[in-house]
Amino acid sequence: MSGHVAPKSMYVGIWFALVVGTVLTVVAAEVDMGALNNVAMLLIACTKAALVILFFMHVRWSTRLTWVVAASGFFWLLIMFGLTMQDYLTRGWVPGTWR
Amino acid sequence: MRSALSEQQFPQYPAPVAIQPAPAPEHAHHPWLQHHFDNMEQQAEASTLGMWVFLSTEILFFGGLFMAYLVYRHASPEGFQEASHELNRFWGTTNTLVLICSSLTMALAVRAAQTGQSRKTQVGWLLGTMVFGVGFLGIKAIEYYDKFVHHHVPGPYFHWEGMYPKPAEQFYSLYFAMTGLHALHMIIGLGIMAVIAVMAWRGIFDEEYYTPVEVAGLYWHFVDIVWIFLFPLLYLIGGHFKG
Amino acid sequence: MDTTATPTLNYLNNGHGLKSWLLTRDHKRIALLYLWSVTAFFFLGGFFALMIRLELLTPASDLVQPDTYNKLFTMHGIVMVFFFLIPSIPATLGNFLIPIMIGAKDLAFPRINLLSWYIYILGGLFTITAALTGGVDTGWTFYAPYSTTASNSNVILAGLGIFITGFSSILTGLNFIVTVHRMRAPGLTWFRLPLFVWSHYATSLIMILGTPVIAITVLLVAVERGLHLGIFDPALGGDPVLFQHLFWFYSHPAVYIMILPAMGVVSELVQAFARKNIFGYAFVAFSSLAIAIIGFLVWGHHLFVSGQSTYAGLVFSIISMFVAIPSAVKVFNWTATLYKGSVSWDSPMLYAFGFIGLFTIGGLTGLFLATLGMDIHMHDTYFIIAHFHYVMVGGAIFGFLGGLHYWWPKITGRMYPEGWAKFACLNIFIGFNLTFGPQFIVGYLGMPRRYAMYAPEFQVWNVLSTAGATILGIGYLIPMVYFTWSIFKGEIASANPWGARGLEWEIPSPPPTENFLVTPIVTHGTHQYAPSHEVGIV
Repeated sequence: MSGHVAPKSMYVGIWFALVVGTVLTVVAAEVDMGALNNVAMLLIACTKAALVILFFMHVRWSTRLTWVVAASGFFWLLIMFGLTMQDYLTRGWVPGTWR
Repeated sequence: MRSALSEQQFPQYPAPVAIQPAPAPEHAHHPWLQHHFDNMEQQAEASTLGMWVFLSTEILFFGGLFMAYLVYRHASPEGFQEASHELNRFWGTTNTLVLICSSLTMALAVRAAQTGQSRKTQVGWLLGTMVFGVGFLGIKAIEYYDKFVHHHVPGPYFHWEGMYPKPAEQFYSLYFAMTGLHALHMIIGLGIMAVIAVMAWRGIFDEEYYTPVEVAGLYWHFVDIVWIFLFPLLYLIGGHFKG
Repeated sequence: MDTTATPTLNYLNNGHGLKSWLLTRDHKRIALLYLWSVTAFFFLGGFFALMIRLELLTPASDLVQPDTYNKLFTMHGIVMVFFFLIPSIPATLGNFLIPIMIGAKDLAFPRINLLSWYIYILGGLFTITAALTGGVDTGWTFYAPYSTTASNSNVILAGLGIFITGFSSILTGLNFIVTVHRMRAPGLTWFRLPLFVWSHYATSLIMILGTPVIAITVLLVAVERGLHLGIFDPALGGDPVLFQHLFWFYSHPAVYIMILPAMGVVSELVQAFARKNIFGYAFVAFSSLAIAIIGFLVWGHHLFVSGQSTYAGLVFSIISMFVAIPSAVKVFNWTATLYKGSVSWDSPMLYAFGFIGLFTIGGLTGLFLATLGMDIHMHDTYFIIAHFHYVMVGGAIFGFLGGLHYWWPKITGRMYPEGWAKFACLNIFIGFNLTFGPQFIVGYLGMPRRYAMYAPEFQVWNVLSTAGATILGIGYLIPMVYFTWSIFKGEIASANPWGARGLEWEIPSPPPTENFLVTPIVTHGTHQYAPSHEVGIV
């Protein structure tokens, strides 16, 4: 059997990108961007996670099935967040009811 | 047979299978091939797929906590921000970097096994991963101790000086639940690493067979990813520019 | 291709003694371990049910105190849902049949399979300990804040029991998914898979994506009680409705964990005993996946009166309606399969008929309840109790028993007495309808659930219900007796006693440990009772 073998330099490169991302998040937290602070924070975090998944976890070179399985967990998480938040964000839309 | 149906009444058409003579074994079986798999490739694919399926379970396991975080932060953003500022940002950042380093050594450990490097190299990278992992837990312990001393642990002894004591207690409940569950995963990961390191030391892994290292690596990287999200969500809420 | 001569060595006599069972990695033996344990839990849960029905014979609370009654219905729910219904078909029949149906020697991870059984038993021990040391009174739903603060019963123990058992369910689902993807015999494409396998694949999706959420949720309840963290506590600004969201994110799809495998069983039974290939194979296969996926989008219909926003209630009400579509597709396709089929009335088929009828009633009353306005009236009444028992007992248990009868010759190598089996089936059908039919009426009239006492005008319905429960209880005991008898005295079964099609019927009864002495090569779909050019199946 033979999986994809990536060069060492690539792993070090990804590691460096992750370090930069971490520093960037901390620095971005120091700058007042209003609501954009959260957006920047999450964007950086998602990018870092994507780098880990694609390269450290080899999804970049994996079968389509692995892509689907890896994505399904996040997709179901979004279902949970989305349908729960549509309750919390719409409390009080209809007058005279809860909150 | 008591059934009203019998095979005479209903003509039988070709059965859905052709049972064929067993193919002659191509070559000697790999010693680590389990009996119910056809070949090493099938075994490796099954193992990695199994770990990925498990990780999608883990996403939703942590997901319940993230859901609670989202709802309560939405309910009291100011309280969460105030509580978040009491966390030690230096240790949080350091720990993020420590974990990223451990992910690198882990990836290199997998690569070392994959390319059939010497067992010393394999064990070296694995031990490096474990050292970073223990370092992470050590720093976490320092932080927990600090929270304990300052009465920031939720419960009857919780004490808060700021304007939002209740959301702060909620924040710290979530903080301990999330980082505690994460730390538990780290501890389990360290146990797995120890087993894998022993296996590597025995010289089991080579280009032909390195699935256990790879699967353990997937788990380790996943735990890293959880922290990648926990760090900004817990330590960096609302920015620190207000002092 | 029938191998009528039973080989001397099969999975049952290949190794003797307790150790050969408790340390086995053979999926067939693990299935039997599960069969014994779920049966034990079924009768434990049945005992609680019997006590509940006896108490409700009279309007006053005279047999047990209301406190005890609360514990009885809680333990009934916990045991039946988490320790019987969820593992019942997947962990027994699924475990036994999936590797055989796909032409594999075993599941992908045999050791994890055994581990899942031990985890199940460990969770069971926690729950039984909780029951013996005072019981739990929160209802099986553990609603906060009652469960986190007010209740002084054994919530932590029972919660940990459910948390632990959840992992056995996750591991089973994981094993099935990997096995179906990676272990199929050569030539066995997705659209040649038996529908039983499809429905178990869909079930496994729910197990791995839903179960972790309830695991973390009950863990949080336990931690909140034990360590005083404030997660759901309203005193800290927490929202008990969030608990319900998290709880039902799993527990609604969990209903489909219970019913989907039964649907898979019925698909097999209908084809085998109508001697016809299923009508609309792809529709039935995909409807399983559709039920699994849509099932995750509807949990809010349990929160219609819990303080969820009206807008969210509306959305959940609409999405809930959509689950009816794939469910109806299945019912119509089974019925269409019967059309012009050579239907035989063997006992497994009786259970399949029972399933189709009772599930239809259960499903249609579900539509009443999914309707936002109707639900306000019927919420927390006996109408709900009747509805979900029609789905779970009339559906899941009928599927389980039907499948158990159908594959019993394969599992044990023995036939059971058909006359007794028919009698028991009739008994269960009548007893079941007498138990839960009146509850629709009494619920619609306004009798609330979860009370030890009720208004005297409801008594006649409750007496009927209790009488039915007695018949039902006897109906369950009869198969226990004749199945046990058949293991020792039953007629020896041939490899294919029903003349049915499928890989499992191509190998001896009981199967050898490695299932297939040589790897089968599959050339077309499963239940093919006519030449391929006639049914248009490749």
